Amino acid sequence: MAEALLSLRGVETHIGRYHILHGVELDVPQGGLTMLLGRNGAGKTTTLRTIMGLWRASAGAVRFEGRDITRLATADVARLGIAYVPESMAIFADLTVQENLVLAARSGPPRAERLDRIFARFPALRRFWTLPAGLLSGGQKQMLAVARAIIEPRRLLLIDEPTKGLAPAIIANMIDAFRELKDGDTTLLVVEQNFAFARRLGDTVTVMDDGRTVHHDTMDAFAADQALQQRLLGLSMDTHQ
Amino acid sequence: MMPATETTSPPLRPSGAPPHAARGEEGPPPVRARRDIVPLLLVPALMLAALPLVGSPASWVTLSVAGLAMGLMIFVMASGLTLTFGLMDVLNFGHGAFIAVGAFVAASVMLAMGPWMGSDSLWLNLAAVAPAILAAMVLSGLLGWGFERVIVKPVYGQHLKQILVTMGGLIVAEQLLKVVWGPDQITLTRPPALRGAFIIGDVAIEKYRVLAVAVGLVVFVVMQLALGRTRIGLLVRAGVENSEMVEALGYRIGRVFVGVFVVGSALAGLGGALWALYQETVTAAIGAQVMVLIFIVIIIGGLGSVGGCFVGALLVGLVANYIGFLAPKVALGSNILLMALVLLWRPQGLYPVARR
Repeated sequence: MAEALLSLRGVETHIGRYHILHGVELDVPQGGLTMLLGRNGAGKTTTLRTIMGLWRASAGAVRFEGRDITRLATADVARLGIAYVPESMAIFADLTVQENLVLAARSGPPRAERLDRIFARFPALRRFWTLPAGLLSGGQKQMLAVARAIIEPRRLLLIDEPTKGLAPAIIANMIDAFRELKDGDTTLLVVEQNFAFARRLGDTVTVMDDGRTVHHDTMDAFAADQALQQRLLGLSMDTHQ
Repeated sequence: MMPATETTSPPLRPSGAPPHAARGEEGPPPVRARRDIVPLLLVPALMLAALPLVGSPASWVTLSVAGLAMGLMIFVMASGLTLTFGLMDVLNFGHGAFIAVGAFVAASVMLAMGPWMGSDSLWLNLAAVAPAILAAMVLSGLLGWGFERVIVKPVYGQHLKQILVTMGGLIVAEQLLKVVWGPDQITLTRPPALRGAFIIGDVAIEKYRVLAVAVGLVVFVVMQLALGRTRIGLLVRAGVENSEMVEALGYRIGRVFVGVFVVGSALAGLGGALWALYQETVTAAIGAQVMVLIFIVIIIGGLGSVGGCFVGALLVGLVANYIGFLAPKVALGSNILLMALVLLWRPQGLYPVARR
């Protein structure tokens, strides 16, 4: 297995009075796509937010490229080349599509070649270029959220439920986009409830339950073991398409 | 795979045309946004509606200019507060302190430059007023910086505490103003160049109101350009919507917070200086008195929206002047009524800001 680009060791996170993560152990191998699976409330989103520094880990360590980033401010985590696409998409609704992307390209104006690739993958973004992003459909907003994350080269993408509420055609488009990123130099950690999507894309899988990581495996091995899926997720990938 | 080396596109203006499509792609034409101009049309609609009620065109013009001038001065004072609320989610009841400090500092500088203020030379008058306004902005901005660091920062995200602590800050600031400048009101006389009126036929337009309109419009245009055409403006607008996501894009939004707070305080100082010259008296309560109007304006406009604040301020100024002329007894409550009507129509204000 490739060396871990990102690793979490014994990470605990409290949100107010609530103890959400109870010693999360996670390795995200360089250059692949790791799926983070688990039932609702398992702590998947909290894990991504803790990595980004949006919620502070109360114990344990988050390491990126060997460097301890547990105490880094969110902006500094992002500057290491980690992009985050939250479940809510968090596009800036009052800003145009263009302004959303200009803002996301922190090092300067977006590069023409990169924009061309984004438009080829998500043509709606070109069509609605000067439209306030709040007027886009749910699928288009998700495209914009992903485009914003990849408008510049990133080392690691953290994506929370990218297919939630999307039409099958758009999901297929997302799969192609993530494959393209995966084949490049980008490592992905994706939280997903759509198991068909997860199986088609994932190289490795980590399963969470009740704030803990309870299983880590290759996606092929996990997909082949229906009894394990049933035990960890309460359903099997074959029956949940 | 995304290429490792890429060519740079020309700088993108925020309102620029869509870049070229990927080679070979023929899609449908770009879609253009339609601007929501209905709230903006309320201003001329209100002015036209008032014309037959006022009766005399000359009085109508005078009232309209007075309303616009008052509205624009309120806009200058309120614009910082609406941005502060939108970006930092801070209910700053202490904003009036910056207005009062601006008024006192400007009054002190102008009084110290008595001979120039009393001169018949326009240039000497301006030479006295300009540094007074500059000093008001600088000191209010500095006070804003200290206020944010000491009073506001510890209570980010806690609205009830914000109200209590900023209200307390306003009371303390008022008392400190009395300690420094004394408890009596300061009487200020406008310089000769800003006294009197332009007479056009039957219409008399006060010179000072023209200046107030000009300053207010300049502030509005500069703010619109800064917010719409610069990266820092993009950051502020994005931060108003979702500061967490701005952080996640790699920007240290805390610095933007402080910058906006200081600029908002400086604008309050500018507004205080203009208001002091408008009222020709300065008291420690000058800021607190105008805060009611400011809150009405930012609520009408939509909390966090500079454009909404502009339209709301004009409506408040015009309604105050028209109602004050037509039915003085109800003038006091006219702006509350205006706010209620606007909120019945648009509960989030004229230009609601999208929120996370």
